[in-house]
Order: sequence, then C-alpha cells, then structure tokens
Amino acid sequence: MPIANHHSSVPVIVDEDKCIADKGCTVCIDVCPLDVLWINEETGKAHMKYDECWYCMPCEADCPTDAVTVNIPYLLR
Amino acid sequence: MKINDIPVIDTDVLVIGGGTAGPMAAVTAKEQDPSLRVILLEKANVKRSGAISMGMDGLNNAVVPGHATPEQYVKEITIANDGVVHQPALMAYATRSFPMIEKLDSWGVHFQKDETGDYDMKKVHHLGTYVLPMPEGHNVKKILYRRLRRNRVEIENRFTATRLLKDPDGNIAGMIGVNTRTAEPIIIRAKAVIMATGAAGRIGLPTSGYLFGTYENPANNGDGHAMAYHAGADLANLECFQVNPLLKDYNGPACAYVTGPLGGFTANAFGERFIECDYWSGQMMLEFFKELESGTGPVFLKLDHLAEETIQEIETVLHTNERPTRGRFHDGRDVNYRERMVEMHISEIGFCSGHSASGVWTDETGATTVPGLYCAGDMASVAHNYMLGAFVYGQICGESAVEFAKSRSEPKLDEDFIIKELKRIQAPMNRADGIPPEQMEYKVRRLVNDYLQPPKVTKKMEIGLERILAVREDVPLLCARDPHELLRAMEVQSIIDCAEMAARASLYRTESRWGLYHYRVDYPDQDDSEWFYHSRLFMNEKGEMDHGKRPIADYLVPLGDEKDAYQKMRVQKAANA
Repeated sequence: MPIANHHSSVPVIVDEDKCIADKGCTVCIDVCPLDVLWINEETGKAHMKYDECWYCMPCEADCPTDAVTVNIPYLLR
Repeated sequence: MKINDIPVIDTDVLVIGGGTAGPMAAVTAKEQDPSLRVILLEKANVKRSGAISMGMDGLNNAVVPGHATPEQYVKEITIANDGVVHQPALMAYATRSFPMIEKLDSWGVHFQKDETGDYDMKKVHHLGTYVLPMPEGHNVKKILYRRLRRNRVEIENRFTATRLLKDPDGNIAGMIGVNTRTAEPIIIRAKAVIMATGAAGRIGLPTSGYLFGTYENPANNGDGHAMAYHAGADLANLECFQVNPLLKDYNGPACAYVTGPLGGFTANAFGERFIECDYWSGQMMLEFFKELESGTGPVFLKLDHLAEETIQEIETVLHTNERPTRGRFHDGRDVNYRERMVEMHISEIGFCSGHSASGVWTDETGATTVPGLYCAGDMASVAHNYMLGAFVYGQICGESAVEFAKSRSEPKLDEDFIIKELKRIQAPMNRADGIPPEQMEYKVRRLVNDYLQPPKVTKKMEIGLERILAVREDVPLLCARDPHELLRAMEVQSIIDCAEMAARASLYRTESRWGLYHYRVDYPDQDDSEWFYHSRLFMNEKGEMDHGKRPIADYLVPLGDEKDAYQKMRVQKAANA
C-alpha cells in the first residue's frame, strides 16, 4: 500500500535567531515528553518535526534563550 | 550474557516509568538499600515526563490529622466507588498519606498553609475535607529529579518497554524494550520490577479530533496495562472507565478543586447549580452527562460572579500550573472568566485509577498477581489515588520490591520469548510500505468513541469489539519510516490491546455501576447480588482474554448511614421553589 505525505500546521514555533541548538543546546528536545522536537538538519536549529503535541510547555519554559513558543494546535483553537 | 548480540543489563530493581510514582519508587528502593542497583527506565525524559510535567496545583486526597482520619477517607472513597474497592489498599494509602506530605514538604514541595502554619485544607468532596492546594506546585518534577540524582538511581531516558520477561517458575525476570530515537533494543534482567506507566489515556479520541489533545499526557497510552496483560497479570474493574469533566475542546480539567473552594461551580446554561458536589465521581459525571444532553445544557464553569481578586487568584493557579496553556486557549477565543461562563464537556474514556478504580490489580503491598511485579500510580487498581497516591504507592512498591529482590538469585531468561519479541519490535521498520501508525491509531480510537463511550449498549459494544479485532488483523501491515514512528507503532499495539480490554470488560459486567463510568442502558440497575465483586480480566492458558470475579475483601471501615450519599448528587429543588 503506497503512502502519501500530508501537511499540517504545527503548534510549536522556534525563533531561529534566538535558538542556540547549533551551539549544542538540546534543552527543548530533551524535555519534550512526546519527543517531537528535533534538530533541523538544514539549519542546525530546533524545530517541531511531528505534529504530536500536548502543548504542555516544558520546551518553552525551560528554553534558556526564550526561543520557543507553544501555540494551541489549530484543531482546538 | 548476550542474546542476538544484545548485551543483557542486570539490575536488582527495575522501575518502568519516570513520572510521579516511578521516581518515588526508585528513590525508596535506594533509601532501603543503597548497595542495590536500581534502574529507572523512561520513555521520555525523567526531567519532564508523566502527568505532572508542569507540576500540580493541589492534593486531592490529603488525609491530614485534625481535618480527617484514615477511617473517614476510606469510607468516603468506598462510597464514591459504589462499594467496589479493596479497603486494605485504601487504608494503606490513607495511613501513609500524611507522612508522605511531610516527606515532600521536607524535600521542598510547597503546600498552602494558613496564617498559623497549618496546612490550609479545603472541602471539595461530598462528605469530608481532603483538598490541599499547592499554588507553587510547578517545581515537583525538579525536586524529584534532584532526589534521583542524590540517591544515585541510574536513569535510562528515551527507552520504551514493550514486554515484561518471566522466569520458568512464573516470577518476573525483567523486560525488553527499544530506544525511541535509535530503534536499538534493550534487554534488562531484574530481580523485581515496578511498573508506573500511568493511565491508559490514548484509547479514545478527544472531541477536538486532535490525536494528542487527550486529557492524560499522551505518552501514557496504556503500555503498562498491555504489558501486564501479556505477562499474565490480573487487571481489575477496567469497565470503570475514566471520564472527566473538561473545558470544551481544551484538555484541562474544569478544576472544581481549584475554583470550588473560591466560589466557582459547575452550572447549566442558565447559570444554575445542578450538582451538589463537584468532586469527580461516576455519579457526579452521570448528572453532568444528563445535563449536557438536556434542554438546559450544555454545562459551564461559572466564575463570572466572583470578585476581581478571586478571579485573579484562580487565573494565577490555572494558567501557571499543570496545564498552563489554558490561558492561551481562552485568549484565542476571547474568553474571559469575568465576562461569561466557560463551556465544558466530557473527556474521552481511559483507564486511570487516579480518578476512577480500574487498572492492574494491586494489593496493599503494591503487588500484582505476578510474583516480583509491582504497580503504582494511575495504572494500579487502587481507587482515587491521584498524585499523592502515586507517591505513597511508589514508596510502598519500592519497599516491597527491595524485599523481593533480596530474597532471590539471578532470574533465568526465556531466550526464545526474547527473540520472538525482538522480531515484533523490528517488524514495522522492515516494511517499505503498509499502514502508518497514525492511521491505525486514529481508526481504533475512533471506534472506541463510536462504540464504547458511555452510555454503553450491548449490541453496540459487540460491534465495536468486532471492528477493533479487525484492526488488530492489520497489525502485520504496520510500517515505520524512522525510530520515532516505530515508537508510535509499538504504542498503537498497546492501544489496540486496551481497546479490546475496554470492550470485553464492559460486556462482562451485566449491570450499571459507578454512575456514567459503567452506565449500561440495557442493564440500568446496580445488581449487588451478582456483581458486588471486582471484575477480573486476564489471559487464560489458551492465550485468550478471559474474565472472572474477585471477592471484595472484608471492609475495615463500615459504611453506616452515609452509604448512599453519592447517589444523591442532583440538587433537589424545594417543593415551593
């Protein structure tokens, strides 16, 4: 059975100017209970790779540079 | 020792799940005997995992001297659960509740105190006073983490357990699992295992339709329930579903515990109170459901009559603790507690002893029916346990597991079983195409909503079971493109197990009990002559899902005149009103 990709708008936004993941920081990636934040291999910054968010906030609360914002997923807004 | 080139890790005590009960269990085991090796395995990262990743706003079941006695508490929870409880387990909790509060206090967890320095207890339950606010409760996980480090518990983050292992005599022998980022398998041989994997909170679909917008942390998807079942453990009263009152579309509790003592309450569309008591019980949920479906529905959280300072206090607690995105949700819809009531709804179903009474059967020592396997927290069957119960049973399990581990030598492993399980773990990544886990998960959870959400109807549940079993037939088609999708593929198999258990357990108990939690329209009455039992669900010798009845242990505390108090939830209007 062939598989298609579908797009979805994700709730967690990372400000790439503030994010220091390229300098070795992995705080938001470490604390995510659903493991949906990963390093974007093109930019070296953190990003939300999977739309599987509980909008629980540790990523935002623990980010040392205030780069992360958690929005309410579109379906709930 | 190696199996399939995978080194076997040896430990005395293994704790699976690093949320609330798990860290307490691990710390307790090390406190009992620092020379023992204790491993804490966590699917996410212990720093921020489980139900209280952002803290907790209060204790819902604190038995504090001067405000309540253990006997009063045991009686209240027995009545709230229509009599089907294991009182010795409730009593073990109740007597250890206050020493645990003092222990947490000494660790730096802040509880609300009054001007004299006493704990500032609030009455939310129908009969007694058990709620202790903790407005600064956002740092609980940090405090637990510090204790884990100080006691030198070994932590393995980002590993999910997939099956428990047993020795030839039927004792627990460890577990097998997989790394969620690399798909590397892990085999741990353990003399005792404590499971604390939380609720099964990803069985139903939330009304928002967002798969991860569940009431429970979606990492709590029922792995522990499924693993216990496959290890031959008894599960109890699974038909006593968790169904909670939530804000409509947002998975934050409506928080009777927070708003109730400050004057907020659950109201109908006309702003009228319709339930006597906002404490979450099946009977309360049944009245909630009836109002929701009635001409005076839907249901709302009413705060708009409160003073500005009170509303600010409520906002501070609700918007910084437990589910802090709540404020953003309200902002997005322009909802202000001062101006209008907030629409409420009911949650999807789940298994969660924190709020109901279902789970892996656990006695007052934390023991399951598999020797050497202990359970604590939302997955264990001790009724209405909440966060403090998770801590207390974490502690109890830590003590029991150490005692068991010390009494035995190295367990013998079943290599054939392990090799078979490794194949099951590797299968989804070996498929180039097939069905992605997300699609299979959506399908089974949608079926759960359509056919199992109460009110329960026999024929509907039978169709639901048939459809769920049809999804199970598709499991060999599961495919995963990366280790993360593999995690979801393993999880969906636990979700299917839990969905089947939910259907079969509900069909087994041919009566109604626990209000909405097990409201069977075609068996509307409570039938104590046939069903004053714990229902058992287990795997029989043929490998089939089977049922039985477990007698209810003699009560330690008689119920007396108040035994029907929770049956009188609806506000009675005066005859001349």
